[in-house]
Amino acid sequence: MFQVRIHGRGGQGVVTAAEMLSIAAFDEGRHAQAFPSFGSERTGAPVVAFCRIADKEIRLREPIMAPDAIIIQDPTLLHQVDVFAGLKKDGYILINTTKTFEQLGLGDFVRDWHPERLCTVSATELSLKHVGRPVPNVPLLGGFAAVSGIIKLESVVMAIRDKFSGKVADGNIAAATEAYDIVVAEMREALTHHA
Amino acid sequence: MLKQCEGSHAVAEAVALCRPEVICAYPISPQTHIVEGIGEMVKSGELKDCEFINVESEFAAMSVAIGSSAAGARTYTATASQGLLYMVEAVYNASGLGLPIVMTVANRAIGAPINIWNDHSDSLSQRDCGWVQLFAETNQEALDLHIQAFKLAEEISLPVMVCMDGFILTHAYERVDMPTQEQVDAFLPPYEPRQVLDVNEPVSIGAMVGPEAFMEVRYLAHAKQMQALERIPQLAAEFKSVFGRESGGLIRSYRTEDAETIVIAMGSVLGTIKDTVDEMREAGHKIGVLGITSFRPFPLVEVAAALKHCKRFVVLEKSLAVGIGGIVATNVRMAVTGMGLKGYTVVAGLGGRAITMKSLTGLFEKAGRDELDPVNFLDLDWKVVNKQLEREREKRRTGPAAEAMLRDVGAVAARNY
Repeated sequence: MFQVRIHGRGGQGVVTAAEMLSIAAFDEGRHAQAFPSFGSERTGAPVVAFCRIADKEIRLREPIMAPDAIIIQDPTLLHQVDVFAGLKKDGYILINTTKTFEQLGLGDFVRDWHPERLCTVSATELSLKHVGRPVPNVPLLGGFAAVSGIIKLESVVMAIRDKFSGKVADGNIAAATEAYDIVVAEMREALTHHA
Repeated sequence: MLKQCEGSHAVAEAVALCRPEVICAYPISPQTHIVEGIGEMVKSGELKDCEFINVESEFAAMSVAIGSSAAGARTYTATASQGLLYMVEAVYNASGLGLPIVMTVANRAIGAPINIWNDHSDSLSQRDCGWVQLFAETNQEALDLHIQAFKLAEEISLPVMVCMDGFILTHAYERVDMPTQEQVDAFLPPYEPRQVLDVNEPVSIGAMVGPEAFMEVRYLAHAKQMQALERIPQLAAEFKSVFGRESGGLIRSYRTEDAETIVIAMGSVLGTIKDTVDEMREAGHKIGVLGITSFRPFPLVEVAAALKHCKRFVVLEKSLAVGIGGIVATNVRMAVTGMGLKGYTVVAGLGGRAITMKSLTGLFEKAGRDELDPVNFLDLDWKVVNKQLEREREKRRTGPAAEAMLRDVGAVAARNY
């Protein structure tokens, strides 16, 4: 079972991201379970959502405490919430930021991790560019398809079509695809650099 | 058709497939998405011949449901928590009058302290109101139970609550197999009321009954629940023949053959318990699970039979009978009277406290060594409780307890993560 925790703020589409991730996994014939942290969410307040992906029925209902991957939709949360709590060693981290892990002060934390599992993408800018609104959740899913390899970009595109229609869907697909390409390039560079 | 969707959405679609004629509800978390979903289907014309009635409160919702059901319409509503408590007088009337309303209860805690998260306090507070109460383990079962609920309710002329864990199920996206209209129509015949308000054949419903017949009318309610006890497993079998899957029934056992310890629970926590039991089985523990689907009527005989060969049982429940311990546990103990079993009550998950495999493993290992107390509180922070009790011993004007205890845990606002 692969477990993902998504951190963001109310209004950034955190819960929708987890739901779409589960739809993408379902479209690939897998079992998936997405659920929010059930807070009294308000715009701007820290929000957490979860997604489990597996090849058999998922019965477990506890919150995800030891994730395989973390998506951080808002880097200002790094100073407010223990976003990495329980993250498995060498887990996947994807952050919506224009900065590097070093610049975010995470250099020591991830010192000896697989470098290609630590990625950043400026998803807010991508969503502004393609959708016209600062909603980083969908481009991050494109980036997540690249870094984790757990779902295909095509499945993310299908999930986008499931949730949105018309121009909003098209814009989000463009943003997710660009994020995917950015992360693929980033991973290639990390591996080259590392080798 | 298989689809990945929110539990609330799955239930909304299932209710629509049951061809309801009147829907009335007042929004309250975590039930809201269900009624919103059906409302949209009525407005778009997807759900035909159905009137969606906006009401001003839960009391009005159940009152309208009583009226429409008495007029012969298939009637549905949904609520949770304080909303259920607010409609209680009408809830008793619906069952007392024998009106087959189906209501989803998206289980949520009851205040004070106010809390929007899941436990079973709301519907269990209505255990004696005369409604059938069925508990869903998954979103698939929640969907399926609604289809069974209309058939059961209308056959025996009693209202049915389908209880599903608020947020944990209602807001979870997971895979469900959505039946076709043809399948639902093949299973659920049109509603044929026993009594109906009809201007052409006027009758009155709701006579005042004095001591001369009150007990007899009340006994009838009990007799109907006993009929439900027979019908529920039959309906589950009929359901399986049409839809091809197991759903509903009175109880369900999991790995109980040769089990020395059997854990009993209701609702979605059964999934986490089963995963825990699988792990413990691998480690050599003889442990199994008994899920109770039908809380009312309570299957005394079936529960006793399921526990016949174990040494001890642990009732893990998301409810607290303040002043005695467990609600489900009290019912289970009634079922096993005279069987000489050791029994433990575990109150867990109140107000949305996460129930984790880690805590369950520790708990069940302790149960296996017979080291549990008669009544236990899973993951209770004794430090916080004792600190408040000590404050109250030392001083008269201690102020509001909830606020003081929130300060002690260092929370600036309610959270569950």
